[in-house]
Order: sequence, then C-alpha cells, then structure tokens
Amino acid sequence: MIYREAGQFKTSYAADQGIFPIRLDRMGMVALLLIAYLAIPAVANHYWLVSILVPFLVFSMAAIGLNILTGYAGQLSLGTGGFMACGAFAAYKLATAFPDLHIIIVLLLSGTITAAVGVLFGLPSLRIKGFYLAVATLAAQFFLIWMFNKFGWFNNYSPSGVISAPPMHLFGDIYITGPQSSPLVKYLFLLTFVAIMALAAKNLTRCKIGRSWMAIRDMDIAAEIIGIRPLWAKLSAFAVSSFYIGIAGATWAFIYTGSVEALAFDINRSFQVLFMIIIGGLGSILGSFLGAGFIVLLPIFLNNAPGLVGWHIPVDMLAHLEFMIFGALIIFFLIVEPHGLARLWTVAKEKLRLWPFPH
Amino acid sequence: MIFKKLFLAATAAAVLATPLLAMPAAAQNEQFMPLLVYRTGPYAPSGIPLANGFNDYFELINSRDGGVNGVKLTWEECETNYNNDRGVECYERLKNQGPTGATVVNPYATGITYALIERATADKIPIFSMGYGRADATIGSVFPYVFTAPATYWAGADAIIQYIQSQEKGSLKGKKIALVYHDSAYGKEPIATLEALSKQEGFTFNLFPVAHPGLEQKATWLQIGRQLRPDWVIMWGWGVMNATAIKEAAAVGYPMDKFIGIWWSGSEADVKPAGAAAKGYKSAQFTGTGTGAPVHAQIRDLLFAKNTGKGKDTFGEVLYNRGLVNAAVSVEAIRTAQGKFGNKPMTGEQMQWGFENLNITQDVIDKLGLTGLMSPIKLSCNDHEGGGSVVIQQWDGKGWNYVSDFIKPRREMLTKMYEASAMQYAKEKNITPRDCSKM
Repeated sequence: MIYREAGQFKTSYAADQGIFPIRLDRMGMVALLLIAYLAIPAVANHYWLVSILVPFLVFSMAAIGLNILTGYAGQLSLGTGGFMACGAFAAYKLATAFPDLHIIIVLLLSGTITAAVGVLFGLPSLRIKGFYLAVATLAAQFFLIWMFNKFGWFNNYSPSGVISAPPMHLFGDIYITGPQSSPLVKYLFLLTFVAIMALAAKNLTRCKIGRSWMAIRDMDIAAEIIGIRPLWAKLSAFAVSSFYIGIAGATWAFIYTGSVEALAFDINRSFQVLFMIIIGGLGSILGSFLGAGFIVLLPIFLNNAPGLVGWHIPVDMLAHLEFMIFGALIIFFLIVEPHGLARLWTVAKEKLRLWPFPH
Repeated sequence: MIFKKLFLAATAAAVLATPLLAMPAAAQNEQFMPLLVYRTGPYAPSGIPLANGFNDYFELINSRDGGVNGVKLTWEECETNYNNDRGVECYERLKNQGPTGATVVNPYATGITYALIERATADKIPIFSMGYGRADATIGSVFPYVFTAPATYWAGADAIIQYIQSQEKGSLKGKKIALVYHDSAYGKEPIATLEALSKQEGFTFNLFPVAHPGLEQKATWLQIGRQLRPDWVIMWGWGVMNATAIKEAAAVGYPMDKFIGIWWSGSEADVKPAGAAAKGYKSAQFTGTGTGAPVHAQIRDLLFAKNTGKGKDTFGEVLYNRGLVNAAVSVEAIRTAQGKFGNKPMTGEQMQWGFENLNITQDVIDKLGLTGLMSPIKLSCNDHEGGGSVVIQQWDGKGWNYVSDFIKPRREMLTKMYEASAMQYAKEKNITPRDCSKM
C-alpha cells in the first residue's frame, strides 16, 4: 500500500535505467545514508564504532570484491585472504617507504598492486574452470601468505613479522591511523570510501564490462560466440576484484586492527568472505553488505545477547552456543532462500508492491 | 508462518535487549579485571587451565583476604578463541566496565598483544603480557603501558642456550643447534637472539619453520634426524604442533633429553598426547610446577572444599600455575598502586605506576604462599621485565621435574637488543621516548 510505484512515469532512458528506478527506493537509500552519516555517529559509542562498524565496513569491501569475481564473473576464488594480505603488505611498504604519501593514495596504490597480483593468479582461469580454478586460487592463498612470512623485506625485517601502521594524517591534524586517531574519523572515512567504491562497483556491473562478466559466468562458450573476449573479461574481473580486496586488506591492517601479521589472512579469512557472499547473495552488491553484516555482526550479537538480558552463561558454553545458533541460522536462511539474503529482500519487495492484494 | 513468527520474535527480542546495553556496574568499591580467555577452539587445552588459574586466585583473594585492602576483585571472562579480531572486540567490550574501567589486560596471545599495544596505550590501560608478546616492549620509555615480566621470549632463548652450555661443559663451539618454530609472529621472536648468540658462542644455528597449525612435520624431522643431526633442538611451538613434533622426533630417533621447548611448548597438554614418546622431553619455564605450594593448599581448603573455584580438573598443571602467578603479580601491582594512591579501586593510569614500582621479593613470594612458583622480580620505569629467572624442567611420563636451577638470562646483552628494537619502533611510530632518569 505504501510501497507503490503507480504514478511514477519514466520519461527518459536515464530515469528508466537508474540504479534505483523506484522513488521509494531512492528515498530509502537517502534515509539509510542519513542514518549512517548522522544518526550512527550521534548514538554509537566507542565499542560500536571500533569493534562492530569498522570491521563490518572492511568486510563489506572485501565481499564486494569477491562478489565481482565469483558472483558476477563466475570465477570461484579461494584466494581472498592472500589478496587481502597483499593489499595490507603493499600499503605497509608504501607507507613506510614514502611517509608523506596520503592515506587515500596509499590505499588506491595498494589496491592497484593487488590488482596486478590478482591478474597474475587469474591467468590459470583462462584454461581451467569451476572447482579446478578454486584449487588454483588456493595456491595463490598459500603462496602469498608464505611469501610475506618468508621474506623479511615485506615487513621491513621486523623480528616477529608483524607489520604495524605508521600514524597517518587524513587532513590537517586529523589522524586516521595510529593511537591518536578517533574511531569516529575512522568510521566516517571508511563509510565514505566504501560507499563510493560500492557505487563504482554497482555501475561497473551495469555497464558493458559487467555484462561481459555475466555473459562469461552464464555460459562462456556462448559469450565467446557473441564476441566477448574471455581473456579480457576474466582478467578484468580478477583485476577489479583484487583491487577491492586489496583495499579491504589495507584498511583492515591500517584502520581496523592497526597491526597485523600474515597469518591473520589465512585460508579461514578466504572462507569467511566466501560465506559472506554466498549467504548475502551471489551477484549482488546489496548482498555483499548483507552477508558481511550477517557473518561479522551476528556472532558478536549472539555473544553479547545473554549478557545484555542478564543471563550469565559460562564463556565456553556461550562460545559453543554461538557456533550452534550461528550454524543453524545459516542453514535456516539458505533453506528459506538459497539465493541469499539479497534475494530475500527482492522477494519481500515484490510482495510489498502488491500488498495488501495478493495478485 | 512459523518462520515469520520466529523471525519477528527474534527481532523483537533484539530490539528489547538493546536499551540494556548501557547498564552501569552496581558497586563502587570494586576492582574490575577483564579476562581474555580461550576455553574453546583449537588451543582450548592450553586456555582452560590458564583461565582457571586466574579465576581461582582472584576468588581466593576475595574469600581469604576480603579483596585487596578491602577492595573486592570482580572479573569477567570474554572468549577470544585465540583469534585476533575477537580479542580486540573483547578488549573494547570490557575496557570500560567496573568503577574504574579495566585494571590490566592479559591478552594471552602474541597476536592480540600486538593488536592491543597502541589501543591500550591510548586508553591508559596496562597490558601485562607475561612470557609472550613483544619482547622489546620491555623498554618502558617507549612502551609505558606494556609489561613483560618476568621473562620475554628473547630472555627465554638466552636461558635455554645457557642451560645447553652448562650441559656441554661450558663451550658451544662447533655445536649444531636447530630451532623448530611455529611460522608466525610468536615463533619468529627468538630468531634474532639466537642468531646473535650463535655468533657470540660459536655454534651453528639452523632454522626449521613449521606452517600453522603444525600437523605436518614429517619432512622437517627427517631432515633434522637423518641429515642435519643437530646436537640440540629448541622448539617454539604452539598447540597441536608441540605433540606432533615430539612424536615425529621420537619417530626419527632424536634423543628427547636434547630437545627443549619454550614455556608454551611445555605443558601437560603438549606432552600427554605424545604418550610414552615424550618421556625425557624438556622445556623452559618461569613458573613452578606441582601442587605443593601453600597457595595450593589454601585453594583446596577455601575454594574446592566449599565447591567453588573452577580449576579442580586442571589443578597444579603448568598452565594453571602460570594463571595463578599471573593473577598474583597483577594483584600485587594493585597493592603497590594502592600504597601510593589509597585503598580504593585503581585506574589504569594508577596501575601503570603500580607495575613500574612493583617489587616482589622472596619474602613477598613466601608471604603470598607462592613459594617455588615464581622467582623475585623488580620492575622500574625503563625495565618492564623485572629480571625474572627461567628454569628448565623435564617430563618423566607423569609429571614435570626441575633439572636446572633458576637461570638468570644475560640481561646486559638483551637490554641492548631491546633498546635497538624499541628505538626503531619509536622512530616508525613517531614516539618520543619518556625520560626515565627523571622518574
């Protein structure tokens, strides 16, 4: 009844092909951004900003990256952790070798370096597909982590192999990394960065290059016949995806934890991001956010919930309960909607448009 | 329909629960201790006795002494699963609880320690990384809020070499020593020290990294046992890697009494899975073993007899005792701080003073009932390690026995290394070191 598009006429192609063709969606998006920019900074405390919202944004970025590769271009990858590490170490080397470089340039450059590495490890995708490609990207995962662990050059010969972000300015006297940085600055910076990157990703997937990815995903032979070059399409997917994942890794090391060792980006990190896009929805930017929210926030919520309502459960029991409920919820959501949370949202939208009349 | 109702109910519960977020703690005369524990996950066999040791000592202080000078201890556990991001989340969750916030953080993971150093320094909460974490954090002028007493990994490496030297009748010239280590920040800590010592003492030094989690060591041990045949093997292992290494060493016939682990490779959880093969295996330790100390009798009488306390199943294990000692040192730091600031709950900043002026003499150790469980330590503004000692113990198939006296690591050399590394950190981070001569 409320969610009705009757009376909204599109008079131009631009209006018809907008990201949000329905006015209510546009208003919803504006409301969401207002909440993210005004309401959350006003109410969220230090704990929320630092340990919930910042990792959520970092993971959203990583999930968008993997979604481009796996969801849009159909190339299954298990190398996400390795590429995140690549971004983190590239950013560290850049930031320590050129201390005057601005954080945004460091992030973009580390993304570019990761993109180059991604293309390199994407080469096998021209010959192999599906599960076999997953194995090839798994090699990237192990190789990269091994490399960052093995060669001291990557961590400036720190005795423990841990890299730690030098203090960097955002502008003027405001620090974005290091001990003097405020969580609010980190949150707002990441929010802006992720929002712009998500918009870019959304538009990429709607233009020619994104369509070529989807053509390759749906049937690569047919795509080749209609004139899409698999080499170009696949490698560009690897490049763009690694760019996003690299930036996610760099923000993880610099803005979220502040210091990181290569082992923090092990195979489990790859699985974590892969689960995010499977649960959130393959081939959907919204799904990347929903999946990141589900995987990052839900365990923390489950872990905090009994304490909030005054139950005192021993921590080990709580941790086991968290695993059980979390697992059950994953199965529940995948049964209700195998195509992920984003699809659930689309279905809800369809129903809302008709509501209260079922037909 | 049922799904919908369930979903609505869950959402409603979540919404209702949110306002309760900001409930303040009730009592004011309490000292709050956050406990970052790992009772689940792959390292739970090590995490459980540690956490139990902490719980039981705090409970003993409350029931035996009525708190620290009348200030009751409260504590809350948070499960980190030995996972860095969860550790940071736990720290952020617990740091503002209690009337004065978190007193002191024991991260109990080298990775979490690294992640917390900057945060805790900014929040003015001391980190007490007892026998783990960043060795160069010993330099208090650069790391005012990090404490490494009684011994760092570098000190541990030196103590092991000293022990080997005493076994080799004083000279290590021409000897071969191998290091088998967990390929992570933790495992790499001793390398620089051992390399420096190999130059100084004239032994050859070989490195054998083991990839996490360390279940696959066949090739490593074939190389050690058949090709290199080192005179001694030192291990920096963790979790399942330890038992695997002991089994593989036995399989290639490497003599167990020439095989020394660091203190994280020397608990019951590490040797028991290897069975009879582990007999004769040695490890370095800075806390005592067994259940013979007076504090053990008190825990038995005051806690277990009344069915309180958590550590019945892990009583007297190496890591349980380490938990007790760690808790005891923290409590003594509170007491020291109270001596200056009055008998009330201490803030993190006051605790920092308490730690820097901590002086646990043998008399204090005896008075606390910790006789034999720890060696004396004395901290200062620039020395956050406190000069603790290390002892070598050996597994006889049933329990651990000391096979050496308490060994004092050679701190003149180590301090130089700490200084060099800490100053590099200060340079990278734009930190101006405090002037400790004025304190």
